[in-house]
Amino acid sequence: MIHAAFLIPLFPLVGFAVLAPFGRKLGNPLAGWIATLLVAASFVVTVLVFVALFRIAPAHRSVTEPWFDWISVDRLRVGAGLLVDPLSLTMASFVTGVSALIHLYSIGYMRHDEQFPKFFTYLNLFVFSMLMLVLADNFVLSFLGWEGVGVCSYFLIAFWFDRAEAASAGKKAMIFNRIGDAGFLLGIFLVFERTGSVQYTTVFARLGHVGTPSLVAIALLLFLGAVGKSAQIPLFPWLADAMAGPTPVSALIHAATMVTAGVYLMCRINPVLHLAPDAAHVIAWVGVATAFVGATSACAQDDIKKVLAYSTVSQLGYMFLAAGSGAYVAAIFLMLTHAFYKALLFLGAGSVIHAMDEDQDIKNMGGLAKLMPITGVTFLVGWLSIAGVPPFSGFWSKGDVLQNAWAVTPALWAIGAVTAALTAYYMGREYFLVFQGQRRWVEARPEASHGPEHGESYTARGLHPHDPTWHMSVPLVVLAALAVLGGLVNLPFHPSLVFLERWLSPVVGATLLQHHFSAGAEWLFALVDAALAILGVAVAAALWRKSSDRPALEPRFLSMAWWVDAAEDRLVARTGEALASFTATVVESRVVDGAVNGVASLVRTTGERLRRVQSGYVRSYALGLTAGVVVLLAYLLVRVGS
Amino acid sequence: MIGSAHLAGVVGARLVAASGITIPHIDYTAILPELILLGGMLLLLAAAALSPRPLPTEAYATATVGLATASLVTSLVLWRDVTDRGPLTTVAHSIDVDGFALFFLVTISCILVVAPMLGAGYLRRERISGPEYYVLALISGSGAMFMASANDLVLVFLGLEILSIPLYVLAGLDHRREASGEAAMKYFVLGAFSSAIFVYGIALTYGATGSTNLAEIGAFLARNVVTSDGVLIGGLGLLLVGFAFKVAAVPFHMWTPDVYQGAPTPATGFMAAMAKAGGFAALLRVFVSTFPSLRSSWQPVVFVLAALTLLVGAVVAVVQSDVKRMLSYSSINHAGFVLLGLQAATARGVAGSLYYVFTYGLVVLGSFAVVSLVGGSGEDRHDLARFRGLGRRQPVIATAFAVLLLAQAGAPFTTGFFAKLYVVEAAAAAHSYLLAAIAMGSAAIAAFFYLRVVFLMFSDAGAAAPAGEGATARAVEAARPAGIEPAGAAGGSWVPEPSGAVATMVAPVTRSAAADARSVSSGVVALDVSGEPPVATSPWILAGLGICVAVTVVFGVWPQPLVEFAHQATLLF
Repeated sequence: MIHAAFLIPLFPLVGFAVLAPFGRKLGNPLAGWIATLLVAASFVVTVLVFVALFRIAPAHRSVTEPWFDWISVDRLRVGAGLLVDPLSLTMASFVTGVSALIHLYSIGYMRHDEQFPKFFTYLNLFVFSMLMLVLADNFVLSFLGWEGVGVCSYFLIAFWFDRAEAASAGKKAMIFNRIGDAGFLLGIFLVFERTGSVQYTTVFARLGHVGTPSLVAIALLLFLGAVGKSAQIPLFPWLADAMAGPTPVSALIHAATMVTAGVYLMCRINPVLHLAPDAAHVIAWVGVATAFVGATSACAQDDIKKVLAYSTVSQLGYMFLAAGSGAYVAAIFLMLTHAFYKALLFLGAGSVIHAMDEDQDIKNMGGLAKLMPITGVTFLVGWLSIAGVPPFSGFWSKGDVLQNAWAVTPALWAIGAVTAALTAYYMGREYFLVFQGQRRWVEARPEASHGPEHGESYTARGLHPHDPTWHMSVPLVVLAALAVLGGLVNLPFHPSLVFLERWLSPVVGATLLQHHFSAGAEWLFALVDAALAILGVAVAAALWRKSSDRPALEPRFLSMAWWVDAAEDRLVARTGEALASFTATVVESRVVDGAVNGVASLVRTTGERLRRVQSGYVRSYALGLTAGVVVLLAYLLVRVGS
Repeated sequence: MIGSAHLAGVVGARLVAASGITIPHIDYTAILPELILLGGMLLLLAAAALSPRPLPTEAYATATVGLATASLVTSLVLWRDVTDRGPLTTVAHSIDVDGFALFFLVTISCILVVAPMLGAGYLRRERISGPEYYVLALISGSGAMFMASANDLVLVFLGLEILSIPLYVLAGLDHRREASGEAAMKYFVLGAFSSAIFVYGIALTYGATGSTNLAEIGAFLARNVVTSDGVLIGGLGLLLVGFAFKVAAVPFHMWTPDVYQGAPTPATGFMAAMAKAGGFAALLRVFVSTFPSLRSSWQPVVFVLAALTLLVGAVVAVVQSDVKRMLSYSSINHAGFVLLGLQAATARGVAGSLYYVFTYGLVVLGSFAVVSLVGGSGEDRHDLARFRGLGRRQPVIATAFAVLLLAQAGAPFTTGFFAKLYVVEAAAAAHSYLLAAIAMGSAAIAAFFYLRVVFLMFSDAGAAAPAGEGATARAVEAARPAGIEPAGAAGGSWVPEPSGAVATMVAPVTRSAAADARSVSSGVVALDVSGEPPVATSPWILAGLGICVAVTVVFGVWPQPLVEFAHQATLLF
């Protein structure tokens, strides 16, 4: 059954191949259903392969499925093939599962969009690329998937490209990712240079011959790739802008799957990080700093999706904190539960945005819980889960991360713990502003200045928020269930309950940092975590349940995300633009064009002179011929004579 | 001409007298491809004479294609024999049927298969009836074949004449157009002149070595060290001039633009393909296989010839506004590339040259066929401006032309790319780095005028020229070269009425420029500018073009078989 693994990426690829040419003909909603069913089929195959792999003895749970020689130049041998092991299959199963749910949701969400078939074409291409990324058996093929998800992300952020902000957000995402991709590429080059291979298993087997400085360089270069893709400091501003894309895209790509690719990469190269502890420390510190910056920024956002975007940045920081601490299982565990509750929160937000007729400002919402019971309840589950309130899944996964951070150094734990409280707080703020309190949209609407042409129609038509169609509700409920129960895969109480850790141990077991806390210490950690979560929830409730206007709590420094975006714009983007315009106006038009035009006019002038020889007279042609003969013979004979 | 033929007779008679040869044994199977062409040619003539009503030109075309195909098949069968059993030699060692010769036999047969297809439609349109075009093509082809398999300088000369004389006549085939007659006359006079030089070269070579047989000359040079070799070197130089004239190498190229422009367009294409095939076949064989020991003498000369040919061909083509003239200079440029392989004088270089000649033959045939279509009845529309917007009016023709032009420019995925790659690579491998650099530079210059036509064809006739400005610029461009080029006409050369030509070319353009100034919507007016009558195609010409394009693309994507063929041909010298 493991041999069927090739079907996992094949199904979405087929979907893309069918929808790209025929999508328009298949139309709405058939194109969406085809895309959804193919991804669901891929999920089913993944589960079957999962079961097949589970039946193999743990030591042999790493199966390479080679397809063909892709690139073969001198020493460089790049194959196309899949690496089926617990890590890649864990990734593949939640990617296909969450993707299938979000495809279904999108059928409802996008049903009024004219570009409906195109949306699903991109989504299927995305799923294919993501699966290639996680299933590839070598760096280069992974990089292909890496670029594939990047380009799909660009297409989908800029899906409504007639909106200026969407178009420029797409461009921004692309450019930020290029910086990271350059690091990834350099990392691959260095890997090949030092080990002579790009195949994961071969590379890891040869690490013993590589010096520590090289390993640190490899780890940091690959981490630069991860920083771009997973929106870490300093390359995170694109993720907030990426919210200009359709909400299912934000849920799928910019929360659950693509942005976690960097974490996956770090877990995949765990043998490298194990031998380069300095690099691992850098990763952990960047991660925790991002977690803190993201969480504080999320506290001051007014856009329902931007809160979630900064929250994602923050949660990804936690995952890097875990990976940098050597706690790969904790990183994957958090990635898994985060995929559930963050996708849930985004889909809930999408449902709210629909109900609010595309208004995303949480200050204009309020009191929706009664009108939209399904959305309200599932959103509440998502909030409590991400906040880390027991027994929701976030409690277990975040606790795991923080415990491992403590083992490295208490300072990491301290920042992480504060961030955890902030997480509970900012999500609480969002929940209360959207679902509780006064219905501010009732009076906010008539004077609403968001788009004059819509303003009038609101007053005329009124707003009747309601729960969405079943396409959208079913994924909400399923994801909510997963967000509650996700913690079950890795419970700390007894060694027999840490399923995920045992499952992943063939991949990361050798390098996993093993810390054994006493049972009392574990309980203490759990209590502190729960207390911090409840503290955050309580503060949020106290502050935002009744009021929606507390400017002291929303300083501009935080709403502008610590001015990182502005600073980068000023320092890097402006400088780059100035350099580009210098190159364009001075170097290009004077130097390069000057040289080209000079040569061209030289050729033209010479041509004009030479053509005059062509008089049209046979006698002058014959003369020319004779002259040629004379010169030629003279040369030859002089040479012979000398 | 008469002089040279007389001279040839004298040389032949002396040879017979000197060695006292009796009638040699002739292996007819070895020269079957030539015999098929010549015999078929006689049958065509007989059919034309005996038929009660004039036969349609397509009937002759069909017969010619059939004959050429038979010749092609025979050549391929001979190729198999030769690869199995080694080269054949016959007619007292004056004919050598080896791999090298057979490569050219195949090339020439291919040219002869395609040429009638491309010519038939033109002949019907221009109302040139009779079998002459086909008969002359067949004779010329057989001459080129004799040149390719000649192992004796006398036979080389005979082949050269059998190749050339029909080409002179073909150039003047359209007796209604003065330009055609003028082209024929120029070609004939200069051709006879160069033949005389060539024969003189044979005489000197014979004087120095005592033989005209290439194998014997080679053996003589291997046995003896010639201390004072002025006579031999002089003969070599004159032979080189004779070949250089035939293949249009600078500075012996001056006939080319005038003749290519004046001759009926399909004849021009045929001429370019066939004369280069025959000329280079003999040139490569004589210099690389017979005179390798004198390499240090002739290599620098070929170096200069190649460099001049490459540069002059490319540079002068840039300033042409008549497409036939432009393509004729481009053919000069191509000759320079083939000379690269000769200059390298290695097996790799020769293989590159062979590949080049084969691929160029089909490309140039197809290119001139498109020109003949666009030129329209009476051949008065060869101005580059006529190609503007062709892509919209005639997408199929324009695409085919674009492929052929890109192949000439050496774009990847066409045979032109590999052709240029192999000769330049061979030049570099032979340490002729300067020449390789010149070749690449000339290719860059040449890309300009090929791509200009491609761009013109696919630029929108309406939108491309912003109102009156563009049209006036074009009027100027059209007027300028027409005024300068046939300047001699005013002095009484045979070029027909330059002022009239200028008038017809400029008139419609200036009129529309004025209209542009009046009218606001330039779209309507632009249609007027390029308001060409529809190009009349026929299945024949489309089939021929299809073959040219298919070969160009297929062997451009998958060059291996053709490369192997050329490579093996050089091994079986």
